[in-house]
Amino acid sequence: MTDHVELRSGVYVDSVSLMQVSRRVAATPGVEAAQVAMATELNLDVLRGMGFDVPEASPNDLVVAVRADDESAVAAGRAAVDHALAALRTTSDSAGGFGEAPPPRTLGAAIDAVHADLALVSVPGSHAAVEAFDAIDRGVSVMVFSDNVDVDTEVLLKDAAADRGVLVMGPDCGTAVVGGVALGFANVVAPGRVGLVAASGTGAQQVMSLLDAAGVGISHCLGVGGRDLSSRVAGRSTRQALAALAADEGTDAIIVVSKPPALEVLADLEAYAAGLGTPVHWATLGAGRPDLTTALEAVLDALGEPRPTWPAWDVPQQPVSAGSLRGLFCGGTLADEAMLVAGEGLGDIRSNIPLRPDLAVSSDLRAEGHVVLDFGDDGLTRGRAHPMIDPTLRLERIAVEAADPGCGVLLLDLVLGHGSHPDPGGELAEAVRSARATAAAAGRDLPVVVSLTGTEADPQGLTRCAESLRSAGASVFLSNAAAVRRAVSLVSTSEEA
Amino acid sequence: MAGSIDLHGLLTTDPVVATAGAGLLSDALRDQAVVVGEAQWQPPPEDSVDALLRVMADRRRSEANSLALQRMTAAGADLVDVRPAHEALGLERGTFLHAGPPLEWERASGPMRGALIGAVLFEGLADTAEEAERQLAAAAYVLEPCHHRDAVGPMAGVVSPSMWVYELRDEVHDHTSWCSLNEGLGKVLRYGAYGPEVIDRLHWMNSVLGPLLQQAVRARGPVDIKAVIAQMLQMGDEGHNRNRAGSLMLLRELLPTLITADGSSTDIAEAVRFSGANEHFFLNLGMPACKLSTMAAEGIPGSTVVTTMARNGTDFGIRTAGTGDRWFTAPANTPEGLFLGSYGPDDANPDIGDSAITETAGIGGFAMAAAPAIVKFVGGDVPFALRTTRTMYDITVGEHTAYQVPILEFRGTPTAIDVTAVVRTGTLPQINTGMAGRVAGTGQVGAGLVTPPAECFTQALDALAEAAPAAATS
Repeated sequence: MTDHVELRSGVYVDSVSLMQVSRRVAATPGVEAAQVAMATELNLDVLRGMGFDVPEASPNDLVVAVRADDESAVAAGRAAVDHALAALRTTSDSAGGFGEAPPPRTLGAAIDAVHADLALVSVPGSHAAVEAFDAIDRGVSVMVFSDNVDVDTEVLLKDAAADRGVLVMGPDCGTAVVGGVALGFANVVAPGRVGLVAASGTGAQQVMSLLDAAGVGISHCLGVGGRDLSSRVAGRSTRQALAALAADEGTDAIIVVSKPPALEVLADLEAYAAGLGTPVHWATLGAGRPDLTTALEAVLDALGEPRPTWPAWDVPQQPVSAGSLRGLFCGGTLADEAMLVAGEGLGDIRSNIPLRPDLAVSSDLRAEGHVVLDFGDDGLTRGRAHPMIDPTLRLERIAVEAADPGCGVLLLDLVLGHGSHPDPGGELAEAVRSARATAAAAGRDLPVVVSLTGTEADPQGLTRCAESLRSAGASVFLSNAAAVRRAVSLVSTSEEA
Repeated sequence: MAGSIDLHGLLTTDPVVATAGAGLLSDALRDQAVVVGEAQWQPPPEDSVDALLRVMADRRRSEANSLALQRMTAAGADLVDVRPAHEALGLERGTFLHAGPPLEWERASGPMRGALIGAVLFEGLADTAEEAERQLAAAAYVLEPCHHRDAVGPMAGVVSPSMWVYELRDEVHDHTSWCSLNEGLGKVLRYGAYGPEVIDRLHWMNSVLGPLLQQAVRARGPVDIKAVIAQMLQMGDEGHNRNRAGSLMLLRELLPTLITADGSSTDIAEAVRFSGANEHFFLNLGMPACKLSTMAAEGIPGSTVVTTMARNGTDFGIRTAGTGDRWFTAPANTPEGLFLGSYGPDDANPDIGDSAITETAGIGGFAMAAAPAIVKFVGGDVPFALRTTRTMYDITVGEHTAYQVPILEFRGTPTAIDVTAVVRTGTLPQINTGMAGRVAGTGQVGAGLVTPPAECFTQALDALAEAAPAAATS
């Protein structure tokens, strides 16, 4: 086995493209492992974890690590790196003669080039605000997909945007639908009269998908960022989004979707919304408050729409006799909801995004008892793509849980739509099948429940994904709350027994 | 809550989206048939991340930069007089102006030393070059940047009290700027040559050329130099390394009153021959015109626009609208390009001259697309010229309203360099320039292309960040 590690400076490629490069290189004959990544601390840790000798590097360096059978295979791997990197560039740099202008280098220049009225920022977090200010100063609303933007900067951005009469969606805004155009992660739903304001990406996707299942379409979904309803940010973007939707002729009702908000902020917003003239409904999670599915059922009642039977693809599963609930989520709000719903039946649940500080797991994400993890949290996405794009970390953890006798029931989410993995169902089904096989080989039965958010019109297809998961042995539910209740029923029964 | 509630029509129009970051998200938009403008984003230097955020968050920046651009393009530039420097600039005997940021003799490069020696000889302060050099080394004279007196000088840019200067006025902003008369090419003072033929020519310029030009300008009345620049760009000049059309147009303006000036027909003929034969005759008028443009943008708090780029043969220095008179300097790069005769890269001095004021004001290298003929001289090809100008739009606040590039559909030249854009993109301003010989007394050795050192911009950014109001969040 031969290891090769090199640094390249003056090259920046986004983490998503690099993941594609890494995969292509790893598929080279004779190459055992390959990682091509920007040299962020997290990526360097991953490389060290893979056993590579990593030199001093700055986050702006590109690190290429190849492990292969011999020198010639290393050379083939490196050639594959060059080839894959070059392929990324061919689409953008073909100017010659009187041809195309050189591509714009800043968001502002890109805005000018196409006369954009909306901007989308997904550069690494420490740089995101600079690009976002550029858009705001040009009078353009901006969705900041990037996470790892500090909260003080968020407040500055939102105040600047309010001054200019534009909206900042984010930071860490994964989902928006503006004028029928999906930005970031979003499901394909029919146009309709319900507007969403979402301080939660996967929460918005869950609500959109449930609305779709109920035959109700949406006008717009304006993301505001997961911290907008915190005390510090105080609903700055939510107010602007509510006002804009209330003034929008195509919107007859508004739903605010949020992770657990600061209660005083929620109260202020409720008072503000009461004066808008358009009915505003609240799907805001919290202890003692309805889960998203229940909240949505109330909205359907208010709209005079019938409540449907929420789609499910269940399989008979035996309650387990030992072990705890292990929830591995990509969606932060879905994880929050899982903790709230499961907590009612199971008590305290440990997490990297805990409901109470004393429930926090240690930095290695390991804990005894019931655990729910959010792999989309800032701490796990610094310097790498969101798990809805790059599922590696969660897939590794599924395998770990499969081998852990302490894991009684595995609860997973899977979110479809634009921006998500092209075949997430197949990959996750494979992981489920192999996890159940691992457990079975150790003499355990491992029930698996999947919360599947999506619509039939999504590129990945809701039923197709659900069927492939069910055939791998998982129970599948469109309603996240229903999925959690099913999982809880499988562990809590065992504990009562 | 402030601001409009319709978000500039966001919810009622089909979105056109600009993106920076993950290509996958842009592709997802294109898959939905959305028009996407995708920035080819690269991270700025790690050391500049905090300063960039601070400056971008400065609420004054956007308006301040718009104001800077507006003033720069509105500035007028009329040639109103030709006078000795001691009269025009109040330049005292024993004081010498030079190009670029402040400089001491000890750190002066060969061509700068040669030009200063020549100026001391020309002023009659020393009889030999050795004596002049000794006096200069003993700090017997005051050295001061041209820019500190609102003047500009090409290459070494040395101006002594007796030398004649053009006087240009910006009536819009009530500013005046000056520049020496162009000496022609080859062995000339500005390139560091100081032999007898150089000094003799300077004397002739003082006793014959200057007074004749003065009479011609005074008799004719103000000459609109800004209008000449606008026209020369449409005639294949970029105003820095190529001034052919500009020089001829200027001569056309001055000829009637020059011919009828009070002087011998021999002197007048020689003055016309000298001016007409000198393709860079106009450079010394374009530069002060550009200086007036950038002066108009000085002193705008919060503005990140560059108001000066200048080199003294040792350092490259810049100043910005938001940081006043403060210079941000770093060692000058050495130009790359084509060489005269048997000279080669080893003979070239590091970058020198105030002539980068042309790029600072939006012409020169920034207008390279207007001057396809220049590209051979500076070692490029036509697509390179087009690409260069188009790239400069990424680091400028906007476009000039008077200076246009025909081949780019008469788009205005990229104007008002934005320090934040330079640091964000790593794209440095393109400068077209002459090359002086490294050894004092050599003269010109070639011409080519150069960029400022990036450190000038990161330093300026840090200073702008310090000057930004504390990021007050409430």
